[in-house]
Amino acid sequence: MIETHHSQPATSRGTTLRTEEMILNMGPQHPSTHGVLRLELVVDGEIVVDVIPHLGYLHRCFEKHAEQMSNYQQVVPYVDRMDYVSSMGNEFAYVVAAEKLLKIQVPERVDYIRVIMAELQRIASHQIAIGTYGIDIGAFTPFLFLFRDRERILDLFEEACGARLLYNYFWIGGLSHDLPPGWVEKAKAFCAYLKPNIVELNGLLTYNKIFIERTANVGVLPKDVAINYACSGPMLRASGVNWDLRRDDPYSVYDKIEWDVCVGRGEAGTVGDCWDRNIVRVHEMEQSLRIIEQALAMLPEGNVQAALPKRIMPVASEAYARTEAPRGELGFYIISDGTGSPYRIKARGPSFVNLSVITEISRGAMIADLVAILGSTDIVLGEVDR
Amino acid sequence: MGLLDKQFEKSNVMVTSLDSLLNWARLSSLWQMQFGLACCAIEMMAASASNFDMMRFGVIPRATPRQVDVMIVSGTVTLKMASRIKRLYDQMPEPRYVLSMGSCANCGGPYWEHGYHVLKGVDRVIPVDVYIPGCPPRPEALIEGLMKLQEKVRNESLAKKHA
Repeated sequence: MIETHHSQPATSRGTTLRTEEMILNMGPQHPSTHGVLRLELVVDGEIVVDVIPHLGYLHRCFEKHAEQMSNYQQVVPYVDRMDYVSSMGNEFAYVVAAEKLLKIQVPERVDYIRVIMAELQRIASHQIAIGTYGIDIGAFTPFLFLFRDRERILDLFEEACGARLLYNYFWIGGLSHDLPPGWVEKAKAFCAYLKPNIVELNGLLTYNKIFIERTANVGVLPKDVAINYACSGPMLRASGVNWDLRRDDPYSVYDKIEWDVCVGRGEAGTVGDCWDRNIVRVHEMEQSLRIIEQALAMLPEGNVQAALPKRIMPVASEAYARTEAPRGELGFYIISDGTGSPYRIKARGPSFVNLSVITEISRGAMIADLVAILGSTDIVLGEVDR
Repeated sequence: MGLLDKQFEKSNVMVTSLDSLLNWARLSSLWQMQFGLACCAIEMMAASASNFDMMRFGVIPRATPRQVDVMIVSGTVTLKMASRIKRLYDQMPEPRYVLSMGSCANCGGPYWEHGYHVLKGVDRVIPVDVYIPGCPPRPEALIEGLMKLQEKVRNESLAKKHA
């Protein structure tokens, strides 16, 4: 830390006072960096001049592990642990890519169950994002309300696959288990239960005067900057770009389902500010409920495992598949050398790309606003460092 | 206070050993460091939130190591992070306790075999009081681990050095 020196006494107020820029470390242990991110701040008093993120405190060498596995299926648990807040979303992207490589067609029931699970996971993930964002801003109660509802989703997951957080539920060519009896009714009851709670959340946090004051017009991400930095997910949509892979590059059965893509409109301030990023997540929760209700109504009967040989040998080839994970575009690029295990798997994580824009949008902000900006980007360090 | 309410209006004497009093005070307010590493941190958050409510045990998250009694190492400890964890532990005031939460902090977990990056157990840099198995452990398991720690604190003594 460099201290500010006053080289000579001020002769008249504010004329000869010499100040210096100061370097300040934020993290890796900091309650609002959402994990082990270290930000090196260059500050001029309270104003942030530059932000340099330092990564790697949670590097878990996903690629190395993927190469070491003896088949494609064994990679799934490691994919789970990348973005641990939305494991189902990660598995979805990976199995879509692996099935593309191995040329497997899954039964229709599997597709619908996957969509239901991925959307439930999106709600759970956004609930954590909004809840912890509230804590960053100084509102603790919404966090408790959101976690109360999130536990209901985790109960549904637990009933379907036995795990609360890291599921290993999407297998290549199907699912690990079929839905237990009575699950569909419970999921429908959950949708009915959550709808009024989103209205409650809006009253408590989203349209709260203090929350708007803290987030509106803060950390504005203009449309062109968002596109240049390849931002995706709520981060991109909040800047007014109407882009959603579920609609624009449909995978699974998303093309048979109707919903709206939520875009930031600058209701409280400027388009692309922190408040917009938050409201996009709230609206996406509502839209996810719409998707779940439709998918539950259309859920066909059938098998949940495609008929596959015991050991699958792909031809030497490569495949890339991308999906709309809760945080944005999650892609897996798999290269096969013709053996039973992957030669290389490259993951394109949305958190990593979304984090890269933080330097751009937080220049000139106050230190307190930096916490609001970082929280609104909703990064998960497991995916940033991989 | 229930039964004891308004029972001590006149001056009273309570007889107990100093050890019991200190241990009772310590185990009832084990302040925790608000410090998440990886996946387990999400379960730690769930344990502090509405459904499991760890605060009823007196576990209050504090943002700085100077104010805490217990550090919950929740997640994969990479080699880069290990030195930071050691430093955070050194900043905690005595008596201090460490809960190692999840397979990664216990022994390296799923990253044990091929992980060139992972510390194979956080007990290689700091002393651990309670190990909680699971990947990730359920909030109930974390609370069980916490109660084991409370048991340990209850049996401490000022005269003897605790094991």
